[in-house]
Amino acid sequence: MRYLPLTQPDRTAMLAAIGATNIDDLFVDVPIEARLTAAIAELPLHQSEMAVERHFSALARQNMAASHHPFFLGAGAYKHHIPASVDHLIQRGEFLTAYTPYQPEIAQGTLQMLFEFQTQVARLFGCDVANASMYDGSTACWEAVGMAGRISKRKKALISSGLHPHYVSVCKTMAKYTGDTLDTALPCFEATDSARLIDMIDSETSCVVVQYPDILGRIEDMTAMAAKCHEAGALLIAVVTEPVALGALKSPGEMGADIVVGEGQSIGVGLQFGGPYVGLFACKEKFVRQMPGRLCGETIDAEGKRGFVLTLSTREQHIRREKATSNICTNSGLCALAFSIHMTLLGECGLRELAHINHATACAAANRLAEIPGVSVINEHFFNEFTLKLPTEARPVVRALADRKILGGVSLGRLYPDNGELERGLVVAVTEVVTPDDVEAFATALQEILS
Amino acid sequence: MNRYFTVEHEWIEVDGESATVGITDYAQSQLGDIVFVEVPSANTAVSKGGDAAVVESVKAASDVYAPVSGTVTQGNAALEGDPALVNTDPEGAGWFFKLRLSDPGELDGLMNAAAYQAFVEGL
Repeated sequence: MRYLPLTQPDRTAMLAAIGATNIDDLFVDVPIEARLTAAIAELPLHQSEMAVERHFSALARQNMAASHHPFFLGAGAYKHHIPASVDHLIQRGEFLTAYTPYQPEIAQGTLQMLFEFQTQVARLFGCDVANASMYDGSTACWEAVGMAGRISKRKKALISSGLHPHYVSVCKTMAKYTGDTLDTALPCFEATDSARLIDMIDSETSCVVVQYPDILGRIEDMTAMAAKCHEAGALLIAVVTEPVALGALKSPGEMGADIVVGEGQSIGVGLQFGGPYVGLFACKEKFVRQMPGRLCGETIDAEGKRGFVLTLSTREQHIRREKATSNICTNSGLCALAFSIHMTLLGECGLRELAHINHATACAAANRLAEIPGVSVINEHFFNEFTLKLPTEARPVVRALADRKILGGVSLGRLYPDNGELERGLVVAVTEVVTPDDVEAFATALQEILS
Repeated sequence: MNRYFTVEHEWIEVDGESATVGITDYAQSQLGDIVFVEVPSANTAVSKGGDAAVVESVKAASDVYAPVSGTVTQGNAALEGDPALVNTDPEGAGWFFKLRLSDPGELDGLMNAAAYQAFVEGL
């Protein structure tokens, strides 16, 4: 395959057409001191495709790939088994596009798939309506805060200490430009800050943002929080970073959450070095006109046949310009497709079963790890992820585990650097891909390192 | 009749310190079938020329501006269930909101019916 089909006669002809004698003539406007005088030292010259492939394969072998070793990392991105059929189906030519349709009604298949996706997300979250997806969980979370501001006409958001710190960072970045005030706090091992948040809700509060399960894996009933929000005219936003959990847990919508957002990666989408992922976004029907993003609707055509459209587009910036509900004008098409296909293959029974396996595997792992002297599980409740409190700083322990070819969780010192006791926390995710042997290897290695 | 018009195609009917605001028949005819109207709630402060309401048709979404400054006393709740009232009776039952004027002097710059008629014919 030729990647550089331009021949010297081609170049000469092109230069002649614009009246330049050689390539350097095209760069005369670049100041001489800004130009290179020689090749960059230490940067090798071009190499053959085979040599480059060999070089990069060797570099890649230095990685510890998730699939090659016992793997307990989570904290917002989860390794689940993805059936081969998912990857096969998403690559079919009829589906394969990363993009939202811009001439939507001619792409009925794409729209139908988005409609099915939205239906699945809405049912999973216990909401009336879901959109066609956002970039990822963190941006979906910020969009929910912005939407709550538009609905409540207030600017103060209370952020639970259990919200993923990366999501908090994204919110802070965006709030810098919108003037929203975010009340944030660090998590602590003893308890969540739900009681504190409930006390703080007042007539200035636009919303409360709660993660479910939270960053430490804890699970709380949101009903009282929702009631207090509604009494004060504020919205409750629930954030779900591990949607498989909802195969076992009561949905946030059923507990009164007004907007439910999440990260859809864990269903159908691989870890992929952190992206692209797929943001999930759902809300109560009465708020739909303030929703960001693309929304697919079902309708009937002129002949009375079922068809699909992109609807309520007047919220979007190609029509509403600067007054649009969001600057997103796309969706994560391919990842949403993978989510939807995996969810379809699972069905409701399959999702419940998958959730059950995750929880049972995680319980077994938690019991085994808690046997290690000095190690305790801080959670009263968890789904497939829990937090261990170690007798020592967790970060070097994670490194020592990696040296023994075990990816043993995410240290809280990494997520919350320089915050005292939190440095002893280790967030451990246990999904269906973890075997009893993996757990035993992890527990044995951890015990050796700590002794 | 104490009815005035703006170049943005709103009408305002004044009754003492109170007034009713809507969009004109010409405006609704340009917008086409109206599918959604968002009206301000009571006690919202609006300022002359500022955003006060939103009207969405099958063709476009448009802002409706306050012809004068004041405090909203009532939004037309009927439009939520039946936004098409703006098409069928734009200058009557399809009104958007009522407000209390803060500066009746602001009415001076607005057009009367004849002036607005001439303005529309010139478009």
